Formats: sequence, C-alpha cells, structure tokens
Amino acid sequence: MSWADFTSAVFNFTDYAELLPLFRDSLLAGAILGLVGGLIGTFVMMRDLAFAVHGIAELSFAGASFALLVGADVIGGSLVGSVLAALLLGAMGVRAREKNSVIGVIMPFGLGLGILFLSLYQGRAANKFGLLTGQIVSVDSTQLSALAVTALVVIAGLVVIWRPLTFASVDPDIADARGIPVRTLSLAFMFLLGISVALSIQVVGALLVLALLITPAAAALQVTAAPRMVVALSVAFAVVSTVGGIMLALGGRIPISPYVTTLSFVIYVVCRLVGGWRRRRGWTARAASISAHA
Amino acid sequence: MSPSVPTRPAADPAGRPAVSLRDAKLGYGNRLLWDGLNLDIAPGEFLAVLGANGSGKTSFLKVLLGMAPLSSGSLTFDGEPARRGHRSIGYVPQQKHFPPDTPLRARDLVGLGVDGHKWGIRLRGRAYRHRVDELLAQVGATQYARIPVGMLSGGEQQRLRIAQALAPNPKVLLCDEPLLSLDLNHQKAVSALVGQQAKGNGTAVVFVTHEINPILEHVDRVLYLAGGRFTVGTPAEVMTTKVLSRLYGTHVEVLHSKGRIVVVGMPEAVIDGHPEGLPDGWPADDLAEGA
Repeated sequence: MSWADFTSAVFNFTDYAELLPLFRDSLLAGAILGLVGGLIGTFVMMRDLAFAVHGIAELSFAGASFALLVGADVIGGSLVGSVLAALLLGAMGVRAREKNSVIGVIMPFGLGLGILFLSLYQGRAANKFGLLTGQIVSVDSTQLSALAVTALVVIAGLVVIWRPLTFASVDPDIADARGIPVRTLSLAFMFLLGISVALSIQVVGALLVLALLITPAAAALQVTAAPRMVVALSVAFAVVSTVGGIMLALGGRIPISPYVTTLSFVIYVVCRLVGGWRRRRGWTARAASISAHA
Repeated sequence: MSPSVPTRPAADPAGRPAVSLRDAKLGYGNRLLWDGLNLDIAPGEFLAVLGANGSGKTSFLKVLLGMAPLSSGSLTFDGEPARRGHRSIGYVPQQKHFPPDTPLRARDLVGLGVDGHKWGIRLRGRAYRHRVDELLAQVGATQYARIPVGMLSGGEQQRLRIAQALAPNPKVLLCDEPLLSLDLNHQKAVSALVGQQAKGNGTAVVFVTHEINPILEHVDRVLYLAGGRFTVGTPAEVMTTKVLSRLYGTHVEVLHSKGRIVVVGMPEAVIDGHPEGLPDGWPADDLAEGA
C-alpha cells in the first residue's frame, strides 16, 4: 500500500458537507456514549476496575455473538452478557485485587465462546467484525432512541448514588464505619457499569472499550484532583474522542474505532505531559500559588 | 479476675456519659476477650485503650463502631443504643496510603465527612463549603486545602481525618492507632489536636494505641486489655509494676523515665496464655490489626 492509498483510506473529506448531515444520528449516539463513558470512567478509575471492564467487555462480546448466531437482538445479547459478568464480579468481593485472577480466568473463556458463536454464524461477515471493532456508523433512529433511554437510566442511576459511591470508592473502610451500604453500592455500580460497557461496545467494539471507559478519566486525573473538574474533563475528553473520531472517519473506508482510540490516546499523552509539568512546578505548594488551581 | 477489678465511674458534670458499657462481654467461640466490663466515658474525657497484640483492642473498637455485637451486656452512646454508622461517633483510622491519582483534594476528603453519606449529588454548595472551611481551620489544615490527598504527608492526612471525623459534631471521637507510621513531630501534633478536642469541645475520646507515651499528657484514664483480663484507671494507677504484673500473670517491670513510661518484660502477645500465632477461633483480621 502506497502512502497515497493510505491517506485516502484514512482521511477522505470529499463531499464532506453533504456527508455530515447523513450521520447526524451517529454523531448524537457518539456524544451520548462519550457522556456515559466519561461519567462512569471516573468511578472505574477510583475503584481500580480497568481490568474488570476489559473482562466484562469480552463476556459482552460472547453474549452479542450468541444473539447474532440465534438471530436475536445483538444489543440485547451484549447487554445480558455484560450485566451478568459485571454482577458476578460485583458479587465476588469489594476489592479489585481479589477479582483480578478471576477476571483473567473468565476473560479468555468469554472471548473463546464469542469466537465459537461467530464461526458458527453464516450471515454477513461485517456483522462479525463490528462486534470486535465497532459499528456506530450504521446506527438508525430506533437504535438511537433506545441508546438514549438506556444512557439516561445509567446517568440517573449514577446521580442517585453519586456521593455515597464516591465515599465508598475512595475510602471504603471509613464509609463502612459511617454506615454506608458499601456492598450494595458496589453491586449497583457494577450493574450500571455492565450496561455502559454494552453500550460502548456499539461504538468502539469489545476490544477497544477501554478507550471510552478508562482513557478519558485517566487523562483527567493526570491534570486535576478537584472532583468536579475530573468529571467535567473526563466527559469532555470522551465526547471529543467519540464525536471527533466519527467525524474524521466519515469519508474514509476503515472503522471508526482507530480514530476514537487514537484521539483519546493523544488526549491522554497531552494530559500526562501537562500533569508532569504541573507537578514539577509544585502542585504541592502551600502558599499563594495554589489559589490559581480552583 | 476481671469482674473484681474496680472500675471507677467517670466524673460526669453533664449528667449523662458519652459512652456507657454495662456488664459487657465479648468472646468468639470459646475464646473470651473480656467479661464484666462496666465503663462510663464522660464528655471531654480522654480514654486510652492499651494492650498487647490480639488482646481485643480492635474488637473493642468494632463493638463501639457497631460493626460487631457484644456477646452480652449493653452499650449506649449518650443514652442511645449503639448501631453501625451512629452519628454520635467520629472515627479516625490508621493513616492509609492514597494513590497519587485519587481524585480528592484535602478539602474533599474532609467534605466526605460532611455529606458523603447523603444520596444524590450536592446541589447547594454554600453551607457545605462553609462547614468544610470551618473544619479545616479547626485542625489547622487551611493552607493545604486544595492539594490532592495523594500528595500530602501522613501527619497532614491524619489532621484531615480528624476534621472529617468531627464533621457531624460527634459525642465520641474513636481513634484507631492514628499515630502509627507518623514521625515524632506529627505524633505530637496529632495527639495535641485530639487532646484539644477533648478538653476544648467536650468530645469524649477513645484512643486505641499500643504506645501510650505520645499521648500520655492528654490521657485521663487507661483501659488496659490483656489475655481476657482488663483493668481501668488513671495512668498513674494502671501503669505500675504491680497492676500490669497481675494483669499479665507474669512479672512485668514498669519504669518511669523523663516523663515516659517503659514496660519491660511484657509477653509478646497474651491470648489466654497462648503465644500469638495460634488463632483458633479468632477472627483473622483481629490478629493482624490488633497490634
């Protein structure tokens, strides 16, 4: 492949103005998913659940490919797989460390099941590939409204448990002593996380879910520790990655996931550099300079 | 022998004790931690809970926190029965390590004590901010209010813990080895802060520790636990060769030197005469954290 072939496949903005309105639904879907991913990602980071997200995604993939095989709704299958996996992990214990070995055991099993179902499936190959690498460009208005409603449920659920979940995530022992239902909150959060993973798989696919659920929040944590700022930045980064990724991908002929993952990676790298610079300049300074970091 | 040890009722100007234990007994399986414990802690009183590893200090704390039930007897706070998450109790734990990317600044850690238990998100911030500023000032932490907790020293963190624990205006401040892993200067500063809270604000303090010296000048009474036995009294009454030897059932020498108390010849751990490491029927975390 020559360089010209490469660039025309990756970046192609011919007829861009005519193309853009056709993808309004996809862009909206991307924005909604960015919002959900950015919000839930902050808690994923606080609770040290990055690996769990990956494990849930593989089981979600198994659920989706099973649904594809038997002719059921793929998003439904993906939802069932990821919620079951998330609740299983949530029921096993409060601490992330104890879970890691179990996740490591479950994850390849889920991926293997998914590959089995896909191999048995006789339909279009594009459907198969989409589950792993994302397929948002094909979203229609019914899917969009289903997506919006589900996202709303996740966001509403997060808002309700926001403060005690924060307490239980950063400081579980004290939260427990204060009478906060730490275990119930953990299960509730895993349920919401399961739904979010299933939604994100629709954009970036099972293999790249971390780019939506981890990278934006991790980037935000590099540059600030103020809770509201972390949430705002995480959401902004996730939305920029998804919407920006879709807009870049419109003309080219490759899936959108490489654009989304590259954008969120670049944001992360920039944030790391900014964070390092901030620490060197004295983030811990006690006196006058701190008033700037409100 | 424990029931025969005289327990002096606290001087109690306000009438009602902040904490009251009556015929309290705690045991696991056939292991008895203590029995017949009658103890009133007055508002403003500073009680140190001392004892060897596995003597039941951590279990005592869990009972007060309402996270473990008494085997028999009763426990009340300000006249109300104990339960988990009681508003009358502020809890200051051991210093813990926060990862550097924890999304909390000093003021947010204190803020968890103010409204971290409430559902939903914070809609009106003015009262919250005011209360957090007040608490930060109370423990002298204002100047690092906006610094991420992962970047603070152990002593600074413990000040914030105290502020966090004081947020609901508790009647009792329950401290679990809060000086552990702090250097000497921070130990002094944190002890003084807890002492001020007792004397200045009339908060009863229950201070679980394995080392009395950093807090000696603030302590009113000592509850000394050892191998199923206990004794209660002022430091001068309890920290003597005679009392501790009787408590441990072996000769223990208590030396006083330059305002410090040194106990020599203390058994490593006394659990009904077993050395530590034979935890039959004992909750594992009790042994691990009981130090």
